[in-house]
Amino acid sequence: MFPANFNYVRPNNIREAVQFLNEHKDDAKVLAGGQSLIPMMKLRLAAPEFLVDIGRLPELKEIDLDDAVLTIGSLIRHADIETADLIARACPLLAETAAEIGDAQVRNRGTIGGSLAHADPSADLPATMLVLDARFSVAGPDGRRIIMAEDFFTDVMTTALRPNEILVSIEIPKMSRRTGCAYVKMHQQASGFAIVGVASLITLGRNGRAEDVRVGINGVSGVPYRAHAVEESLRGKPVDERNIAEAAALAAQGVEPLSDIHASSEYRREMATVYARRSLQRAAQRASAPQRH
Amino acid sequence: MKFPVEITVNGVKRRSEVEPRLLLVHYLRDVLEITGTHVGCETGICGACTVHLDDEAVKSCMVLAVQADGCSVTTVEGLASDGTLDDVQQGFWEEHGLQCGYCTPGLLMSAHDLLRKSPNPSAEEIRRAINGNLCRCTGYQTIVHSIQNAAQKMRAKKPAAAKQVQPAKLRTSKRKREQRRPATV
Repeated sequence: MFPANFNYVRPNNIREAVQFLNEHKDDAKVLAGGQSLIPMMKLRLAAPEFLVDIGRLPELKEIDLDDAVLTIGSLIRHADIETADLIARACPLLAETAAEIGDAQVRNRGTIGGSLAHADPSADLPATMLVLDARFSVAGPDGRRIIMAEDFFTDVMTTALRPNEILVSIEIPKMSRRTGCAYVKMHQQASGFAIVGVASLITLGRNGRAEDVRVGINGVSGVPYRAHAVEESLRGKPVDERNIAEAAALAAQGVEPLSDIHASSEYRREMATVYARRSLQRAAQRASAPQRH
Repeated sequence: MKFPVEITVNGVKRRSEVEPRLLLVHYLRDVLEITGTHVGCETGICGACTVHLDDEAVKSCMVLAVQADGCSVTTVEGLASDGTLDDVQQGFWEEHGLQCGYCTPGLLMSAHDLLRKSPNPSAEEIRRAINGNLCRCTGYQTIVHSIQNAAQKMRAKKPAAAKQVQPAKLRTSKRKREQRRPATV
């Protein structure tokens, strides 16, 4: 099994890459680590005329932390996110999510930007991006623009990126104190993709009640979503087992879950609740513990 | 369209002109005729084609040869020297870490990557590290023992190597907000 023929270009910088994309638009695809695109091309689900390999551009490989924002270059690999001290300290939820992606070989090669731009409904990072209120910095022919995570994922494998744009970096705002996060996932056994993956964040107020609750869900719907009903249900309440279970029951409210050979729609709905509960419980524990997660 | 590549394979610099769609595994097997790396599922799941690309385990059916241009690749053939098995191979030999042997080249490469990053892994850590390598003989129990055995051999030889390597070579920086460059293309 091998991809259909294509032309290969290796631009020297972001500007050149964008220029090429602008000339060829839908005939060109951006190649980063290739862990999603190459399998798609082998299955002939994608057959671009041009592959624009941005995988070597150093300007996309930086991690930067200042007092307010963690900025991660789009070519940072999952293995780096999983192991970098800076990320473990600044955003443990991101490290926990990256560690759940695929397997060791895929994490050695796959990149944060590549995975996000691919927007597979069963990917792990999208829910975490929604929960962290991430901002995506994008380069196009007219310069840079920011796309908020909530506006980024528009449909199955479709994002707000235009064909002549490249995802440059992901900006994650600093979390407030007394915040706990968790990413909990049900794996599809062979591929490691998420049948259900739930990212959650809880910030406790002085009274010990949930001041901020955010829940993002992968794998259930064609598009990752914030489970607003769950969030509203738990907000302002003590984060005990009963309140969490009550909130988690709303995890797939208003959603028509996907159905495939791995899990039926009904099963996904049920598992969304189970995994939302587990994720919230873990986040609540971490919010109460002195060490921030 | 052909693209010139220069790839160092098992320490030897190789120059070729390849079609961009040529996968690294086929470059190794069909162009260089180094056939120790196996093709299994071809869909990026089974891990039989695992090789090292710049010292890290990757699935060579999910890498284009042009992406490996300028890089170094190590295959299972690069492990033994002068007919002597290396510690990981010897570890598998002694603990019966293979039955049919189809998955073995990939498992050896994954085990090497793990042991370089974590010289004294727990059984759980080993299982997680070989999650991307399927053994259809389901010999996982002995594979885990084999890797533990190999780890012991390596630690006994090189106590210094028991130090954790820095896993990520990243350009990271920590600075105050006002010192940030404006973001421009």
